[in-house]
Amino acid sequence: MPAPEILISAVGLTKRFGNFTAVAGIGFELRRGEAFGFLGPNGAGKSSTMRMIGCVSPPTGGKLSIFGLDPVTQGPAIRARLGVVPQEDTLDVELTVRENLLIYGRYFGLPRDVIAERTARLLDFVQLTDRAGDQVEPLSGGMKRRLTIARSLINEPEVLLLDEPTTGLDPQARHVVWDRLFRLKQQGVTLILTTHYMDEAEQLCDRLVVMDGGKIAAEGSPRELIETYSTAEVLELRFRPDDHDQAAQKIQDVPSERMEVLADRILLYVADGDATLAAVRGHGLEPLTSLVRRSTLEDVFLRLTGRRLEDG
Amino acid sequence: MTAPSVVVRPARPAVAGRWAMGGRAFRFWLVNYRRTWQGTIYSSILNPLLYLGAMGLGLGTLVDKHGTGSLGGVSYLTFIAPGLLAAQAMQTAIGESTYPVLASVKWLKTYQAAAASPLRPADLFHGHLLFTTMRLAMNSAIFMVVMAAFGAVESPWLIAALPVSVLTGLAFAAPVDAFAVGREKDQGFALLFRFGMIPMFLFSGTFFPLSQLPVWIRPLAYATPLWHGVALCRELSLGTASLAGAIGHVAYLAALTAAGLYAGAKTYSRRLYV
Repeated sequence: MPAPEILISAVGLTKRFGNFTAVAGIGFELRRGEAFGFLGPNGAGKSSTMRMIGCVSPPTGGKLSIFGLDPVTQGPAIRARLGVVPQEDTLDVELTVRENLLIYGRYFGLPRDVIAERTARLLDFVQLTDRAGDQVEPLSGGMKRRLTIARSLINEPEVLLLDEPTTGLDPQARHVVWDRLFRLKQQGVTLILTTHYMDEAEQLCDRLVVMDGGKIAAEGSPRELIETYSTAEVLELRFRPDDHDQAAQKIQDVPSERMEVLADRILLYVADGDATLAAVRGHGLEPLTSLVRRSTLEDVFLRLTGRRLEDG
Repeated sequence: MTAPSVVVRPARPAVAGRWAMGGRAFRFWLVNYRRTWQGTIYSSILNPLLYLGAMGLGLGTLVDKHGTGSLGGVSYLTFIAPGLLAAQAMQTAIGESTYPVLASVKWLKTYQAAAASPLRPADLFHGHLLFTTMRLAMNSAIFMVVMAAFGAVESPWLIAALPVSVLTGLAFAAPVDAFAVGREKDQGFALLFRFGMIPMFLFSGTFFPLSQLPVWIRPLAYATPLWHGVALCRELSLGTASLAGAIGHVAYLAALTAAGLYAGAKTYSRRLYV
């Protein structure tokens, strides 16, 4: 099997705004056909990285190569091969669904008949065919997101950049978006996405980096990261608020690989959650609730940064 | 059975020359304009009807009774009509270059959407200027037709006032675009209207010759871009233009447009490539 083609590579990539360093010298390589994620809380530098890849933000330092081209001098040629789904919808809400795709297709120099043919196909793909002639303004958040995704595909991009693709959507709308992105991945489109939802990263990403404070804290597949930075199971215990601190003290005697005391819960990282729960009870502690679950990327993030993803 | 004929069309490259890329951005404004054009045509017709009717005929009968020597011997209507032609170009240009630009970059973010495509910030700037040029040509042409209907034209040279009126507008549109794209709020626009557009409208020779102003303030009026547009439109409409004078006015307006083009390429880039 030939080595996978490297589409994007970064070495020491840095972005500063005045005295503030948003991206502090990160390096990564993205391969054709994979779904790659930047996972991290708000302010981790994910969006700044995405904007640099999208050639709308010149790097302050380091090297960035996209399709072997330089984003600063060859931005238009690179952008011609990218699709971008920005964090904030930038649809023209005064135009119709179809007109939004027409305008966007023209930005790429596509002839009208090509745009019309792709528009029909893309609206079908994002389930907006029956809204083609409607104005964008009254569409729901989920529909606007799907339209933004359709718009980003009008130039049949090799790489699709998605900045927080499901932030602000209700659970049902999120699942529709995930399903469409998964289909694109099956069709061979390279996906790059940022997210602060660990379930999104687990569902969609073949490989991801965990970002925090402008740096990459870890890199790997979701499974590799969980295996490296967490245990097979997690025992979550909840006590009465009055007993919380005392229980945390006592549980230190129960063997575990690691213990995290959160404001409302105690997490024990262990190989066998049920056995550990029995051991906790053996120490005379009776939690209000207990839960044995598998480790997730949330646990990886907690381990790497000492904070939870939503805390930002 | 015959094989289906295949039409091979040369692929249009996604990245093209400056004019082609600006043209794509221009077509964005055209698609948007399709929904609002009718309303703008009505106001483009109504505007000269109101001004020429009220000022030219209404006020004009009063002015004409006192002699029109200082107006060059023509009726007040004939005097102000070409001035108003240039002034409406300024108003059209500033109108197109303020709120629509801020909306594109701040409220709707359609500029940011376009910046993710092969188009460069300068292409978006040029596309908007092309659209403004079209609007200026439309409004100026309509104004001239109404002028002719009022009988406020002395010379067939008025035809040449069409490009002059458009250029007058561009001398405002390019710098104001360059300014507007960098704004976070629309407060600056109120100042621009109050301390830029309205004083120029009133004191740049539109309604009375600058000889009526106190001597010390005249140089200021001669320095305003609107005066150059008003003066040349008027000379063409009255048939009194000289080649040297015309070159001077056009050079001034072209220089201002060029300065705006230079500044806008920078400010658009600074705003969209953060």
